[in-house]
Amino acid sequence: MSESLLEVRGLTIHHGQLCAIDDVSFSLNQGEVLTMIGANGAGKSTLLRTIAGLHHPTSGAIEFQGVDIVKMQPNRRVGLGISLVPEGRRLFSSMTLEENLQVGAFHAKKGPFSIERIYELFDWMPQRRKQHVWQLSGGEQQAVAIGRALVANPKVLLLDELSLGLAPIIVERIYALVPEIVAHGVSILIVEQDVAQGVTVANRVHCLLEGRTSLTGVPADLTSEQIDHAYFGAELANATPQPGVGE
Amino acid sequence: MIWLNVIVQGVLLGGFYALFACGLSLMFGVLKVINLAHGDMAVVAAYVAVFLTPHLHIPGVWSFLVVVPLFGLIGYVVQRTLIQKSIDRDPFTTLLVTFGLSVVIENLLLEAYTANGQTVNIGSLIAKSWHPASIIYISYVSLAVLAAAVLVLVLLQLFLSYTGTGRLIRAVADDREAAQLSGANYRHIFGIAAAIAFATVALAGIAYGMMTQFAPTSGGINLLFAFEAVVIGGIGSLWGTLVGGVALGVAQQFGAHLNPQYQVLAGNLLFLVVLAVRPQGLFGKKTALS
Repeated sequence: MSESLLEVRGLTIHHGQLCAIDDVSFSLNQGEVLTMIGANGAGKSTLLRTIAGLHHPTSGAIEFQGVDIVKMQPNRRVGLGISLVPEGRRLFSSMTLEENLQVGAFHAKKGPFSIERIYELFDWMPQRRKQHVWQLSGGEQQAVAIGRALVANPKVLLLDELSLGLAPIIVERIYALVPEIVAHGVSILIVEQDVAQGVTVANRVHCLLEGRTSLTGVPADLTSEQIDHAYFGAELANATPQPGVGE
Repeated sequence: MIWLNVIVQGVLLGGFYALFACGLSLMFGVLKVINLAHGDMAVVAAYVAVFLTPHLHIPGVWSFLVVVPLFGLIGYVVQRTLIQKSIDRDPFTTLLVTFGLSVVIENLLLEAYTANGQTVNIGSLIAKSWHPASIIYISYVSLAVLAAAVLVLVLLQLFLSYTGTGRLIRAVADDREAAQLSGANYRHIFGIAAAIAFATVALAGIAYGMMTQFAPTSGGINLLFAFEAVVIGGIGSLWGTLVGGVALGVAQQFGAHLNPQYQVLAGNLLFLVVLAVRPQGLFGKKTALS
């Protein structure tokens, strides 16, 4: 377990009375891409928000490089090397593209990702850096959100529902960046409803069903029936053999 | 020429309102806190300038050099303790807490310094003015206050636009959680915003004390005018606050010219018209209301 970067043990999270995550454990190793899949309401986003520090767990442990971070403020977790690209992108709407990246870089650690490096990664950005982010398309906004998280030079990048509201071709392009990010030594935890995209880039898959772990494994070893079963639950998987597309 | 004078005096008054209001606007824009003790902080600053800085052998005119940084510090501390604690509970608590603070301050001032009117003594400077045309007199003090207001707004705008900390303040105002995810300690950023708000209102309080008499309860009416300036200009826009302050000042001078009793009424009428016709304010965005 020495190479485990992020270790989650027996995590239980409540939204008020509702139990969103029930006794979930997993680990993310150095240089790995782990994809959490699960239907809408399975608790995936809550799990990522809790790892980032925006939500407090009821019980369980979250360790980053052997340090317990459960009680740590979100901004301190960024300092340790955990960055979340939140669901819905959450850009700073009154600011330009470049200012969004500058905010991300203000507390950045040393590392491979500078704003210039992000501009190389997304070659359309330099021409449009002075534009307000609301002038950008959904896919472009998602790219800015990823850039804003990367300039902090995280060791672990948490990606929440990158595909949300984007055309399949755009989603494909964004996921094509994942290997390049990993090549810079960043480990990635992806949460995704779009099973096909999420599984393609993953080294390992972790499926959640109603807050509980329903399946874990290496993509090559898993059949689509197994994934459907774990994604929808027993009855639904047998009744409607649809591909795993939410909403 | 009479009307020109009304406008000139209104603009001068408006500069003071803008100086008074910009901290209120910043606190609301960033912390989402309406500081009901904002006006009282200005009055406290004026009392400090009258009663405490003379002990340091600092003349009244220059008292702001000590009082403004002091109030910046007080703002940071009050934010990180009292106001943050109430933000952590819920938004209504901040209203109650700042209202309570206002009551406490007014009564402590009454207790310590009585209800007598005071002024910040600036010697013969108070009576000096520039006389550009037959009936137009521009008081040096009012002109200096207008210049200070414009300078403060320009500096604040530059700070928010071009410094890292300024950008973080805007980031926290846009989306507190997303700012935390970018590594910002939002409580510290709140503290800085409150420090700026307290420092600017302290400057406004001293300016007020130079221009006219004040008493422990002077904060309330000025807070009302500051609210009106912010709403007329549009919440979240610094230049809007300046324009709102000037519009309010001109409206009040216009009312006062018709009948001295109409001064406050005319300002309130302008405020109501703007609320009815353009509720987001002259420079505000519609989204600020939602």
